[in-house]
Amino acid sequence: MAKVLGRGIAALHYPTGMNLGGDPTQALIYAQPTGGFVVKLASTDLGQGLKTVVGQIAAEALSVPLDSVIVDTGDTDNAPHCMGTFASRATHRAGNAVIMAANEAKEALLQVAAQELEASPHDLVMADGEIWVRGSPARKTTVFDVALAAHFKYGKTISGRGMFLKPKSPIDPDTGACDPDSTEAHVTTVANVEVDTETGEVKVLKLSSAYEVGRQVNPKMLEGQIVGGAVMGTGIALMESCFPSYPALEPHPASFNDYVMMTAADVPQIESVVLEYPSVDGPYGVKGVGEMTANSPLPAIVNAIYDAVGVWITELPVTPERLLRALEAQEPK
Amino acid sequence: MKQLRIVGQSVKRRDGMGHVTGQTQYVDDITYPHMLWLRMVRSPIARGKVRTLDTSCAEAYPGVAAVVTWRDVPNNWYTILGLIGVGPNDEPVLAHEQVMWKGEPIAAVVAETEEIARAAAALVRVDIDELPPVRDVFEALAPGAPIIKEWGTNTFMYEGMPMRRVRFGNVDEAFAAADHIVEGTYQTTPYEHVPLETQTCVVKPEPDGRLTIHSNTQALYFTLDNTAIILNVPSNRLRMIGGTVGGGFGGKVDVVAEPVTAIASMKTGRPVKWRWTRAEEFQASSTAGAWRMEYKDGIKKDGHIIARKVRALHDAGAYHRHSPYGVTKHAANLQGPYYIPNVWVDAYCVYTNRQPASALRGFGVTPASFAVEVQMDKIARTIGMDPWEIRFVNAYRNGQMKAIQKQVEDATLVETLQAAAKLIGHPLPEKLLAMHSNDWKGA
Amino acid sequence: MQTVSFKLNGKPVAAVVGPVESLRDALREKLHVYSVKAGCGQGGCGSCTVLVSGDPIVSCLMPARVAEGLEIITLEGIGTPAQLHPLQQAFYDNFAAQCGFCTAGMITVAKALLDRNAHPTREEIVEALAGNLCRCTGYLPIISAVQDAATRMNRGG
Repeated sequence: MAKVLGRGIAALHYPTGMNLGGDPTQALIYAQPTGGFVVKLASTDLGQGLKTVVGQIAAEALSVPLDSVIVDTGDTDNAPHCMGTFASRATHRAGNAVIMAANEAKEALLQVAAQELEASPHDLVMADGEIWVRGSPARKTTVFDVALAAHFKYGKTISGRGMFLKPKSPIDPDTGACDPDSTEAHVTTVANVEVDTETGEVKVLKLSSAYEVGRQVNPKMLEGQIVGGAVMGTGIALMESCFPSYPALEPHPASFNDYVMMTAADVPQIESVVLEYPSVDGPYGVKGVGEMTANSPLPAIVNAIYDAVGVWITELPVTPERLLRALEAQEPK
Repeated sequence: MKQLRIVGQSVKRRDGMGHVTGQTQYVDDITYPHMLWLRMVRSPIARGKVRTLDTSCAEAYPGVAAVVTWRDVPNNWYTILGLIGVGPNDEPVLAHEQVMWKGEPIAAVVAETEEIARAAAALVRVDIDELPPVRDVFEALAPGAPIIKEWGTNTFMYEGMPMRRVRFGNVDEAFAAADHIVEGTYQTTPYEHVPLETQTCVVKPEPDGRLTIHSNTQALYFTLDNTAIILNVPSNRLRMIGGTVGGGFGGKVDVVAEPVTAIASMKTGRPVKWRWTRAEEFQASSTAGAWRMEYKDGIKKDGHIIARKVRALHDAGAYHRHSPYGVTKHAANLQGPYYIPNVWVDAYCVYTNRQPASALRGFGVTPASFAVEVQMDKIARTIGMDPWEIRFVNAYRNGQMKAIQKQVEDATLVETLQAAAKLIGHPLPEKLLAMHSNDWKGA
Repeated sequence: MQTVSFKLNGKPVAAVVGPVESLRDALREKLHVYSVKAGCGQGGCGSCTVLVSGDPIVSCLMPARVAEGLEIITLEGIGTPAQLHPLQQAFYDNFAAQCGFCTAGMITVAKALLDRNAHPTREEIVEALAGNLCRCTGYLPIISAVQDAATRMNRGG
C-alpha cells in the first residue's frame, strides 16, 4: 500500500467554430461626435471576457486608444445577429466582424480627415487616435476633430458594418466528407499524479501545458481559460457525475453535497507556455480556445495513472472505487 | 508576426470593476413591480403515459396568478435544430400525452412569491401510467427494445441511416497489413456544467404588445427565434436583453426557460421571473451525455497508425437537443490531431429515458480526445515505443488529408509537443526536435 | 410575517420577513442588496456569503429573523468604487473574476480571513476559500489575489 507517482501526456486538437459552419455574426460600429466609437454586438460574455477582447480588437483595427471604444452587447433591438457564444467561435467570428466594420468606419474617417488636411486618404497615417500626412507630421488632426467635422461640417457618417460567416458545409452521408471547422488549436499537456493504492484516491500534483492558439488577444485572460479549464477538466476526470451508478437512473445528485467538484483545496500546480502560429482566417490569426482547455486533463490523468499503477481506467470519472476495483482485478505489471 | 499595439496586451477586464464591487447586473438582479415568480412541476417518473393532469388545486391556491400547461403553448415543440435544418420535432415545451424522462417539465405555477409558487406546485396532480424506462445505449439498441421515438427507432436518422458515418480509405486492407492491432473501449458518464449562476429569465410585457425578455442565454438571437416559433409570433415581437452570463459552458444554449416564462407573462399580463433552482440545474438542465467508444487501431512497427475503426454510441437522453449535431462533430474529430490514412466510423445518437444531453464545453470532442489519447498511450505501450515519439510520428502535418477529406492547415501539434517537453525539462532525441508541422513533403 | 431590525453595512435597517425566509432572500428582495447571490440555496457554493458579527456565514441557510440586532456586512460594506478595499483592487489586478458570480462571496470570506489573520500562509488562504465554489477561474488567481491583498495591507497600501 503506497502513494505512487505517475506521469502521463496527452496531445490534442480543438476545432474553432460551430461544426460545419453556417454560424454568422455581425457587428456595427459608429463614431460619436467627439470621436468615441461604439461597437454593437448581440454576442454574449460568459465570463471568458468577450467584451474586453472585442474592445481590444476594435481599438486595434480602428487605430484609436482602447478607452475610446464602447462595447455594447447584447440587446436584439440594438444590435445585429450573432449566433451565440459556444463552439469556441466568439472571438473568431465576432473579432472578424468587428475588424470588417472597423475597416469601413476607418475608411470613412480617413476620407473626412483627408478633406480636412487637404491630402489624399492614401497619404494619411493613423495611430492611437491621431491622423497625419505621411512625411509631413505637422499636418495632423485628431479623431476628436475629424468626428466633429464629419457630424457638423460635412454631414458624413463614420460607421461600418461587419459580418463573418463560414458557409455551411455539406456533409456526405456515406463518407462523412465535410469541412467541419475554421481552424484547429493544439495543446500538449503533461500530468503528474499521485495515486494512493490504499484509498484509491488520485491527486493531481501538476499540469504542464503548451498551448498553440494562433494569436493571444489578452494573455492574462487566456491564462484564465487555461487554469480554469485545467481545474474543470480535472474535476470531470476524477469526481463529477450526474449518475454515479450509470446506467442506473438513481442516485441522481441534486446538490453540491452529492455532486463532487473541485474546490480551492484540490487545485494542482498549473503551468503553461503559449505558442502563436496565426491561423489562416482568424482575426489577427486568433484560434478559439475556450473549450479545449478542459479536455487535455482527462487523458493525461488516465495515462499518468497507468504510468503509476499499471492499470487503464477507461471509464470516467476515475473515482476511488473504480480505481480500487481495477487494482484488485489487475494482472501483474 | 505583425506587431500589434493593443491586441496582445493584458488589459484589465472591462467588467472587472463591476465584478469586484458587486455591481455587475445579472438577470436575477432584475426586478419589476408586480413581478410574479414561476416554479415548474416536473415528471417524477422516467417514462410513462400521462393519464390526467389536474391543476385546479394549484390554481385556487391564494397568491397563484396562473398555471401554464401544454394547452397554453401555441406551438408546443422545442424546435431548436429546425432552425439549422435538422429535424424532426420531438420535444414538447410542456409534456402532454407522455413523459420521457424524470424531470420533464409538465406545468408552470406562477405566483406572487417563489414560496407560494413552490407550495402550489406541490398541489398539481399528475397521473402517469408508468412504463419501463430505457436506461442506456445497449438497452436502447437491443433487439425487442421498447421504441421510445415516434419515427420507429431509438437512434437519430442521418439521411436514412441510423448512424453518422466516416469512410476513408480501406480499413480492412490496412488491418491486414498492420503489424499490431490495439483495441480499447472507453466510457464517459454524464456530468453537468454547474455554472455558479443558474438559468434565469425575466419577461416583461410592453405597452405596445411586445415582450422584453431578460435572459442569461448564451445565444440571444437563437433563443429569440426559437421562442417566437413556440409562441407563434413574428420574431420582431420579442426583444431579448442579456449578454452578461454568470458562467455558461454550453448549459445556457438550450431554449428551456424563456418560452414558458413568456407564455406565463402573456397569460397574466404581468412580469414573470423564472430562476432555476440548483436542484433543477443538476437534475433537469441538460448534461454532457455518456459516450461509449470502441476503438480498433492497426499500427505498423515504425509506429504509424494506418487504420482506425470506431463504433461510438452517445446516450442523448430523452430528446435531440443538440445531440445529433454533437455526434456529427464527434465523428469529424476521431482521428485526433493525427494522420491516419484509413478510417471507418459509425457514430450513433441513441435515445434513452434520461435527462437530455446537450452541448457542454468540448461537445463531442472531449470524449473523442479522451479515447484517442488513452488509445495512443495503449498503442505506445503495446508496441514498445516511447509515448512522446508515437505522437510525433503520427502528428498530422500541413497538406495531409484528414479522414473527413479536408486538407490539414494550421497544424501545430509537433510544436506543442516540443514546447511541453521543454517546459517540463524532458529531453527529446534530436530526430524529434528536428520535426515540424511543415515537414511533410507530399504523397 | 415579522419585522427584523439589524445593522447592514453600518446602517440600521428593518425588513418584514416570513418565518423561514432566508437572510439571503431578505437582503436581495427586501433590501435590494444584490451582491449576495442566489447560487444554490443549499449552503454548498458560498456565493451568498455575508459577515455576521464578523464571521462568514452562508446567508441562504440563515433565517432572516435570526439577524435581529446583529451586524451584517456584505461586499457593499467592504468597499465601494470610490474607496476600494485592497482585496477588491487585488481581485481586479489579478484577473480573479471571470463571470463574477462567485466574486462577492470570495472577497467576503477573504476579508473575514484577513481580519483575523493578517499574515495567512497559502494553506490558510486555501482553507478559508475551500467552501466557496468557482467554475470559471480554477481558483489560482483568487488565491493570488488574496496573497496580493495581504501583502498590500501589511505594507499599509
